[in-house]
Amino acid sequence: MKLLVTFSRKEGKKPIIAQVVRDTGVLVNVERAVIDSSEGEALIDIPDESCRVVKDKLADLGASVRILEEEISLDENECVDCGACISICPQEVFSFDEEFRLRVDAKRCVLCGRCIEICPHRALSRRIES
Amino acid sequence: MKKTIHQINERIRDGNARVVTAEEMPALVAELGEEGALAEVDVVTTGTFGAMCSSGGFFNFGHADPPIRMERVWLNDVEAYAGLAAVDAYLGATQQSTTREENYGGAHVIEDFIAGKAVELRAISRGTDCYPRRTINTDLLLDNLNQAIMCNPRNGYQRYNAASNSTDRVLHTYMGMLLPGCGNVTYSGAGLLNPISNDPHFRVIGSGVPCLLGGAAGMVIGEGTQASPAAGFGTLMVTADMKQMDTEYIRAATMTGYGVTLYVGLGIPIPILDIETVRSTAVRDEDIWVDILDYGIPSRDRPSLGKVNYAMLKSGRLEINGEEVRISSLSSLRKARRVASELKKWIESGKMVVCLPTRRIDPARRAGPMRETAQGPRVLEIMDRRVITISEDEPIRDAAKKLLKGETNHLPVINGKGVLVGIVTTYDVSKAVVNPDKISHVRDIMRRRVITTTTDEPVDIAVRKLEKHNISALPVVDKEFHVVGMLTAMDLGKLFGGRWLK
Repeated sequence: MKLLVTFSRKEGKKPIIAQVVRDTGVLVNVERAVIDSSEGEALIDIPDESCRVVKDKLADLGASVRILEEEISLDENECVDCGACISICPQEVFSFDEEFRLRVDAKRCVLCGRCIEICPHRALSRRIES
Repeated sequence: MKKTIHQINERIRDGNARVVTAEEMPALVAELGEEGALAEVDVVTTGTFGAMCSSGGFFNFGHADPPIRMERVWLNDVEAYAGLAAVDAYLGATQQSTTREENYGGAHVIEDFIAGKAVELRAISRGTDCYPRRTINTDLLLDNLNQAIMCNPRNGYQRYNAASNSTDRVLHTYMGMLLPGCGNVTYSGAGLLNPISNDPHFRVIGSGVPCLLGGAAGMVIGEGTQASPAAGFGTLMVTADMKQMDTEYIRAATMTGYGVTLYVGLGIPIPILDIETVRSTAVRDEDIWVDILDYGIPSRDRPSLGKVNYAMLKSGRLEINGEEVRISSLSSLRKARRVASELKKWIESGKMVVCLPTRRIDPARRAGPMRETAQGPRVLEIMDRRVITISEDEPIRDAAKKLLKGETNHLPVINGKGVLVGIVTTYDVSKAVVNPDKISHVRDIMRRRVITTTTDEPVDIAVRKLEKHNISALPVVDKEFHVVGMLTAMDLGKLFGGRWLK
């Protein structure tokens, strides 16, 4: 399960994610993080069954947490199965099936947005998970 | 054994022709032998679907009342060339909208027309006695036009180099997004399905030969622009009626950071007349080789990082410099197959027959580079030769003094051997003064990653570096990385005086 964690760094630089890992014992995978001097945002991946405990702990430490509901979405009317997205995705979300039709493994996606930016046919977008 | 075009057309008309796609042919030849395949197969269909920038179309809008001689024409804010008769224009696929830039262009107008959408025509004129009207503004559907004739000067490239990028920054090119450090490879082309690859000596493809273009039955006009078949890079000029096209086979696209282009579906039927046509249509992906060019080098003659064939490219992964990288195709193999199989249906059903060229394409042709009679400015000619450097061991205070005395904002930092190792700016020095902490020497504040230029680099390339890295000066270095000059934003002002302003 993917959680989007946002936190303020105004009250000092607390190692929030490290704290969560130590206190809960849950292994957290940080998939994407943008942190500047005043605030930070991290996309973390955790086992589904640990969602509750991690979420509560993060909230205790002052972070706001929401379950990521967006995912990458392919408009099949626009896609021509070129494959421009395949080699630039850091998560290997895209591949061809045996008939060279584009296959999307949305579960691997961390919404970095690179494919949305470069798709020649503007066939990729973020959408709320169904 | 030989067959005539008439025999093949008779079989097509009788519904007895044996048609296979270029993908099916190699296995068939392996199974039946060349003589057997010649007896068995009448036509091989080819297909390709990819970005073909050199595309566009002629439009005739009909006369308005009162009539106008349109001097400048825009279709959905995309300018078309109107230096033709009163109500004719040529719209190029890559022309970008004056309002929406790279998000909309000539290719999109063409797709919108074919999709049945209304397109706004806007035109202006100075007015003449015979054409008094000065402006027009109207919404048009494809059906409202007298003609909409696609005429693409360069389509169906026989093959095209693959692309990678050895630099340390992302490049946005017409070959798509190229990751730094040769992090990916991109290519375009259908390999063994490509029309010219199935007839590289132009024995059966030439002027007047039928084709599928954008889903319509079209025709090969002849040699395409920039054709270089002697080097394995043949091209074709093709035409078809847009009114018969289908957006399944024609799509507008934008290469981010590069611009608008048109994805075109093109297929040509190859009549199997003799053993030579059997051999040429038995071509396999393994037989078609291209270079992987380094798009990090901003020059016409980009160095090759290695050779690959289409079987390797279609496998999706490749080793470069000992590391496995992923490959992106920019063209669509699935659509190329669809073109070839649609064409196969047309011929099986007798909708299209084959013919021989009325004028042959010269297979010995080779394209040359541009002859340039005047060379653009080089860094040497405008750089500042007065170089003030500092050593990495000197105190920051000395750097400040040098900056002040030299009336400059950039100090290249050199080591004991005079080699460039960093750069400090007035900003770096000011920052060190505000936050003194423990730092005291140039070494502590210099930036080690210096963007440089050379004396023989074209100024345009150096300017691109300044823009790309958001900096205002480049040290000019020689082969040993000694600083021989500085190129600053101020030096660019020299271009507006002197001999470059002609």
